[in-house]
Order: sequence, then structure tokens, then C-alpha cells
Amino acid sequence: MMLIPCPWCGPRNETEFHYGGQADVACPGDPHAVSDAEWAGFLFFRDNPKGVFTERWMHRSGCRRWFTVRRDTATNEIHDAGAHEDEERTVTV
Amino acid sequence: MAPRTPGADLPDHPDRLWRSADPESSYDVVIVGGGGHGLATAYYLAVNHGITNIAVLERGWLAGGNMARNTTIIRSNYLWDESAGLYEHALKLWEGLEDELDYPLLFSQRGVLNLAHSLQEVRDGVRRVGANRLNGIDAEWLDTEQVAEACPILNTSPDLRYPVLGATWQPRAGIAKHDHVAWGFARALDLLGVDLVEGCEVTGFERVGDRVIGVETTRGPIRAGRVALAAAGHTSVLADTLGLRLPLQSHPLQALVSELLEPVHPTVVMSNAVHVYVSQAHKGELVLGAGIDSYNSYGQRGAFHTIERELAAAVELFPMFSRAHVVRTWAGVVDVTPDASAIMGPTPFEGLYVNCGWGTGGFKATPGVGWCFAHTIANGEPHPLNAPFGLERFTTGALIDEHGAAGVAH
Ligand SMILES: Cc1cc2nc3c(=O)[nH]c(=O)nc-3n(C[C@H](O)[C@H](O)[C@H](O)COP(=O)(O)OP(=O)(O)OC[C@H]3O[C@@H](n4cnc5c(N)ncnc54)[C@H](O)[C@@H]3O)c2cc1C
Ligand SMILES: [Zn+2]
Repeated sequence: MMLIPCPWCGPRNETEFHYGGQADVACPGDPHAVSDAEWAGFLFFRDNPKGVFTERWMHRSGCRRWFTVRRDTATNEIHDAGAHEDEERTVTV
Repeated sequence: MAPRTPGADLPDHPDRLWRSADPESSYDVVIVGGGGHGLATAYYLAVNHGITNIAVLERGWLAGGNMARNTTIIRSNYLWDESAGLYEHALKLWEGLEDELDYPLLFSQRGVLNLAHSLQEVRDGVRRVGANRLNGIDAEWLDTEQVAEACPILNTSPDLRYPVLGATWQPRAGIAKHDHVAWGFARALDLLGVDLVEGCEVTGFERVGDRVIGVETTRGPIRAGRVALAAAGHTSVLADTLGLRLPLQSHPLQALVSELLEPVHPTVVMSNAVHVYVSQAHKGELVLGAGIDSYNSYGQRGAFHTIERELAAAVELFPMFSRAHVVRTWAGVVDVTPDASAIMGPTPFEGLYVNCGWGTGGFKATPGVGWCFAHTIANGEPHPLNAPFGLERFTTGALIDEHGAAGVAH
């Protein structure tokens, strides 16, 4: 079991959460203006690092809010979520 | 009837079946990953295409990844023509594989039931049976009574929370002994002179422009005419070193076994709706699995609540299992694609081929993957059976959506 740090409710059992995958995936503003490859990138291609991953979780059985967590996918260690804004992201490009 | 000793059917543990080779400085083909797919690919490269100057590089011990961890369900009753082609080709190869490899694989065609618990699942099941038959695959729709006949220990009473309304039935489906499959291929490869290199992790690629000419490993650089990836859950880690983006997400997938029991379960039962599947291994343990853990992870472990839910579902479907004990649980790392179908073919890098994305269900495809991937590597272009499974389908939109048939997975 993992403890997921909800910024509003504190650390809670992972069973209370819904996983949302990679954070910061932007939907192209005008789908017609992008190439098929770019659209495919948005729809289907996500980072899959072995290491620190910046990802979304939703506190389904609690406050029902979405938030971002930085978690090491090799160890499940959760990195400080508050500090993530200026930390380098190790997700792949 | 006298009770049978659990494990009485199993052959004795074999002597060493292959030599663990030291790597040479160069090969015609280097295969990254010594799981079932890597081994089968090397085998058909040698046997179908006459290429034997091959190394299979495995970072751990041979077939210690998902090949050692899967629940060995073999079937071909997928929905779409593309999948039917590939999985049925694999199933036909399974039917001759013990003779081909001259090694006992304990392939047991005991049939698989895919249960339906809602009207929608009934419709989907009936449709899939129809699609399977059009593709020449053995498939039948069974009503509740027929399901009870096929698997008498299943609770088919109408007062279940999710009653069994029927099931698809593929008689030719079954299980095999996964370790024996790996050992059978490894033994054959050793006789063919192929180098199986264990404890050799590929850390990067040697390139000239967009051409891959070799690999960097923890045991030094190795040159290769062609490089083929068969690294399952770790494919993204390798592709990232090239900046090659693949539509994969790696997740934990767990399974568990009970203690050894007398034979009670005659077939394989899978349920997408209540999320569990069960067979009974040759030795006698009940083998259970469910779906992936939801989050990305490369740790070979998952969460306890996943196991708790699958056991709750199992006990509801099979009341007699409530007295069995869980003796072991484990997890593998599976590479999941957006359409629940695999990716197999050339890459934007010349000389680099990829086979990945088999997620929760690639064991059943092992000989078919080997056959088709070997063709792809030997000819530089896909076999007709794996042509629809190229990377480009995510851009063209020609997806092969098998979420229904892949279901709880496997
Ligand atoms: C719990 C579980 C249950 C499953 N049940 C079923 C089932 O019932 N039916 C079914 O059809 N499928 C099932 N599967 C899926 C199936 O196991 C996989 O799809 C299949 O094994 C993948 O192919 P493989 O055997 O080549 O993978 P693996 O055995 O994982 O082989 C990949 C190998 O690559 C090696 N590797 C990775 N990176 C490197 C590197 N950088 N350098 C060198 N080597 C590397 C790994 O160590 C590994 O040995 C299940 C999987 C799991 C985890
Ligand atoms: Zn909360």
C-alpha cells in the first residue's frame, strides 16, 4: 500500500485515489492545426520513465480534487510535491 | 478413484540445458531480452531463416522476467481479424511445439471460459464467438447450464451479486508450463549454436546517424547487423536512450497461487466483470490473477488491496476456494498500450526492430511472436500477420482495440 499525499487531506491510503497518469499533458488548442503525429502524441504517447515521474492523482473517496505528485516509479518513494514547481523533471522528452 | 499425488505428472527437474555464454564482440543479430519472446525469436531466426550467429542478451537470469511470472493462459479468441490471425497462428504452433522442440511443455488444452455477468457482456460474448468462427477459431457460446457442466465447481446460482449469464468457450485453449517453454527454446538454441548471455544488461545503442550498429552493455560493447528489442516491461527504458517515444506505460501485474490441492478445477475460468481468473496448475496449485495495478511502476510488486479484491471475487465464484490458502504472491512489470494490442515491427532507426506492448497477455503468443518477429528481422519488413501491429497505427488511427477480449487481461 502506498500513502498518497493529498495536499488538502494529508497522506491517505492509495485505495482512496484514482490514478491520472502523466501530469502536464496539454491538449492542442486547435486540433486541426496540428499534424497527425502531434495529435497522436497527445492522444497516445506518454512518458514512461523508470525513476521520478510527475503524475496526477485524484482523491476520489475524499475531497475529490486533482493534484500532482512526484513519485519514483522504481521505488514508489514520493518526492516533495510542494517543491516540484522549480525542480527539474526527469520525465523523458 | 485413488487420489493422485500432486505433481505426479511432472517430469524430473532437468540437468543444465544450455551453456551461459560469454558475449563475442559482434553478431549478425542481437536480441535484447531473454524472455519467451526473445528466445522464440532467436529460434525461428535460426530454423526458418538460417541465421544462427545470434546473441540473446539478458540482464538477469534467463526467462526470469514476465516469462517466469505469468499465469500461462493460452487462447486465441480475440475479437478482430488482425488479432485472430496472430494469436491463432501462435495456438497452431503451440499444438506442435512439444514435438518441434522435443521437450515436454505440459501444454494442456483444457479450454477457457470467459464469463458474462451482464446483458452487455452477453452481447459482446456472442459477437466475439461469431467473429472467432468467421476466422476459423473454435468458439462456442454456452448458456448458464452449459457453463455449469463445463466447470461444475463454479457457482452458477442466480443469487450471486453478478450471476453467470453465460460464457464464451474455446476448447483448444489451455495452459502450459512457462519455465519448460523457456527451457525448451533455450535448449534448442544451445544446440543450434546461439549464444544465450545472462547477466548482461543493455545500457544504450551504438549508432551511425539513424542506423543502429550495436549495443552498449554492462559486459562491453557488442556490434550487431540488426538489433531486436524483446524487453517487455523495460522497453521504454531502452527506447528512451535513443529518444524513441513509444506508446507504452509500465504497470505492475500480480498473480498468486494456493497450496497444492487435488485436481478440482477442470478448465480455465476468466471473468472481466468481477475481475479474476483461475486455473489449476499441473502440480495442483490454484493459479489466480486479476488486472494491473493502476499506477505506472517498474517495481515488481503491487498493492495488497488488488489481491484482496480478486480473492473476494474468486470465493464468490468458487465457494469451495474459501478454505484454500494463498502461499505466494508476486508481480511482473507489463508494458501496456492504448489499444491493448502489441507493437511489432521496424522502427524509425535502421537496423532496430521492436516487439513490445504485449502487456498482460503475451505468453500465449510466444511462438507466434517468435515466428513473425524473426521474419521481420530477417527480411527488414513485417510478416503479413504482424504488419497491422506496427508503431505507425497510433498515427494513422488504425488501432486494434482488444480491450474487450484482453479484458481482465491475459
Ligand atoms: C502476473 C502475470 C501474469 C500473466 N499472465 C499471462 C497469461 O496468463 N497469459 C498470457 O498470455 N500472458 C500473461 N502475462 C503476460 C506475459 O507474461 C508477457 O506478455 C510475456 O511474458 C512478455 O514476453 P517475454 O516473455 O519476452 O517477457 P519477459 O520474460 O519479461 O522478457 C523480457 C526480458 O528482457 C530483459 N531485459 C529488460 N531490459 C533489458 C536490458 N536493458 N538488457 C537486457 N535484458 C533486458 C528482462 O530481464 C526480461 O527477462 C502475464 C504477465 C504477468 C506479469
Ligand atoms: Zn483530499
